[in-house]
Amino acid sequence: MSPSARRPVEQRPVRVVSAHLSLRQRLAAIWGARELLAYLVSADVKIKYKGSFLGIMWSMVSPAMSIAIYFLVFQVILKNGVPDYVVMLWAGMLAWTLFSTIINTATGIIVQRSGIVKKVAFPREILALSTVGTATVYFFLQFIVLAILMAVMGHAPAWSELWLLPLSFLALLLLASAFGVFLSAANVYFRDTAHLVEVGIFLWFWLTPVVYSYQRTVAPMLGAKGLAWIYLINPITPIVLTFQRVLYGQTSVTATTPDHSAITVLPEWSALHYAALNGLLVAIGLALFFWAIRIFGRLQGNFAEEL
Amino acid sequence: MTSVVDVANVEKTFKLYKQRHKSLKDRVLHPGKGNATELTVLQDVSFSVGEGETIGVLGRNGSGKSTLLKCICGVLQPTAGQITVRGDLAGLLELGAGFQPELSGRDNVYLSASMLGLSRRKVDSVFDEIVAFSELEKFIDTPVKFFSSGMYVRLGFAVAVTAAPDVLVVDEVLAVGDERFQAKCMDRIRQFQSDGRTILLVSHNADQVRSLCSRAVVLEKGRLVADASAGEAVKVFREHLLGTQESKATSTGEDSDVVIEWVRGVSGSFTARTNERFEFLTNVRASAPVEGAFVLELYDQAGRLVARTDATKSPISLSAGMQELNVAIEELPLLDGAYQMNIGIVSPDGDTVLAWREQIAVLEVAYVGRGAGQVALRLNVH
Ligand SMILES: Nc1ncnc2c1ncn2[C@@H]1O[C@H](COP(=O)(O)OP(=O)(O)OP(=O)(O)O)[C@@H](O)[C@H]1O
Ligand SMILES: [Mg+2]
Repeated sequence: MSPSARRPVEQRPVRVVSAHLSLRQRLAAIWGARELLAYLVSADVKIKYKGSFLGIMWSMVSPAMSIAIYFLVFQVILKNGVPDYVVMLWAGMLAWTLFSTIINTATGIIVQRSGIVKKVAFPREILALSTVGTATVYFFLQFIVLAILMAVMGHAPAWSELWLLPLSFLALLLLASAFGVFLSAANVYFRDTAHLVEVGIFLWFWLTPVVYSYQRTVAPMLGAKGLAWIYLINPITPIVLTFQRVLYGQTSVTATTPDHSAITVLPEWSALHYAALNGLLVAIGLALFFWAIRIFGRLQGNFAEEL
Repeated sequence: MTSVVDVANVEKTFKLYKQRHKSLKDRVLHPGKGNATELTVLQDVSFSVGEGETIGVLGRNGSGKSTLLKCICGVLQPTAGQITVRGDLAGLLELGAGFQPELSGRDNVYLSASMLGLSRRKVDSVFDEIVAFSELEKFIDTPVKFFSSGMYVRLGFAVAVTAAPDVLVVDEVLAVGDERFQAKCMDRIRQFQSDGRTILLVSHNADQVRSLCSRAVVLEKGRLVADASAGEAVKVFREHLLGTQESKATSTGEDSDVVIEWVRGVSGSFTARTNERFEFLTNVRASAPVEGAFVLELYDQAGRLVARTDATKSPISLSAGMQELNVAIEELPLLDGAYQMNIGIVSPDGDTVLAWREQIAVLEVAYVGRGAGQVALRLNVH
């Protein structure tokens, strides 16, 4: 801490406070705060389950409950006949839960952390991105539980297509971050954004083939009229399909219904087709993410006074 | 000298809404701009702070001090103008450093340190130092929501000073700790100064500004009305504080028609003896006849105010032109030392400063007996 150890004024980093910062400057600032991001994520995980008996396993309760309910409804009551349906369900829910958790928590984060926003200067995007980090932690936890479940059931994934998973995961993260960053800023100015988002996410869930099969319901209905693409505009659909394709591992199976008919549960696209779809989504996600950072940058100047 | 902080033509305008449309629903149902009025809190503020300087920011409530500091820290963005900061900056804005109530003191130290840009490894290495400085060893694993406001500030200050930034920005927080901790903070700030680091400090305590700062700026209704030596700036601040809100407040004293020219000890030297009478002469020039009261301040060498006394009970009449006043301190109960003297003349009601001279003389006090401290007590033992 001696004065000699300090850099001369001319060599110190220069920070300019002004209403106009370029996208590059913003991204550099975010990168510079990555350690803070890691710290916020670990603090988040720590707070949430501090002092509770099951600890972090609580994060499993809510997704496990929904999976149990959908399993009961679709398999037991509606008898959809998909063998190892729980794997199919879990694979789709894995992707969907990551997406919806990020959107739901990121939207409110700036308002929720107004105490910090009003007192400390740091790239505010970090707050939105911290919710991405936290959700990702839970994602991996659920992923591990699914892996264990599959091992116990003896259900093998499509090993040769496993490489699609990181690609799809990347697309999902980029898309969710883009939406999350944008919505977190919007919610500062319009506080009912959070409510709208909740409703929107609920509808979006049912527009995404997570609990029902794209191939058996959507494709015959819309596909017959050449309108299947409408469904694929929803960027989460290809991602969910990829997760199911890789983790469930089969496209055609023998139904568990008494007639043991052959059913096709997933589109029979080639791995390259999946890769192309996901690659496109990565590109779109990246573009949206940069756009969201730009908008955020324009809005964040007034955060401290709007809160 | 290269400047470390450069404030250039900064303006900050807040939008005030009579009724705030905070939701999309309201925006849709009540289109149009809403009934926003604009409040300009900072206007064309420019100054720069050199390496190693300690700058005080003075101004009365609502003059925009905190807003200025928030802009410098980057919490707020100026509406116009630009601020350039060279090097790392740590800010202590109002209460607390943005702690997370649910987290323990330990976690908050890491969190706020990483917000100040410290690496984890660096925090590991200074963690004990931070805790020792804050004296919160026993509470460091308690969630900070159970901390008192003093404890909050202690921890925040400890993190900020241990982070050893190039620039430290402090907004009044020092007023919260108890006296002993305040003294400790002052020591640390002085150490900071001797390290050659730069400090920006908001304080309502003019004496503190005078003792700590090399320079000070004064804000009045969002405008910079003085950027001068601490003593000079304190004088301007006093005038604004005492002056009524009207036009008088924006003048810096040029139109005041009273000037203190010089002082001189009656015996020739400016030396006094403890518990004896000390008399001096001062020459005052007035452009028009005016009533005034004499004010005298003494500071010790550490810059602490020892005494401020005014004679508003017995105002004097100044006539136009030059005149000599004879001022007597009837009994000076100070032990030996050298004391800085400021004198001034205020209006009889004490509301307006007519003339003020900072550090016009040094009063040497000689004490013949034994004793220590600052004040001589007369003992009577039977
Ligand atoms: N977020 C805000 N929205 C609207 N007006 C604000 C906001 N923050 C501050 N102001 C106004 O700006 C003015 C200056 O406030 P500021 O806090 O900078 O004063 P200050 O000099 O720090 O006062 P004090 O001595 O009381 O701390 C005040 O009139 C205040 O009402
Ligand atoms: Mg203030």
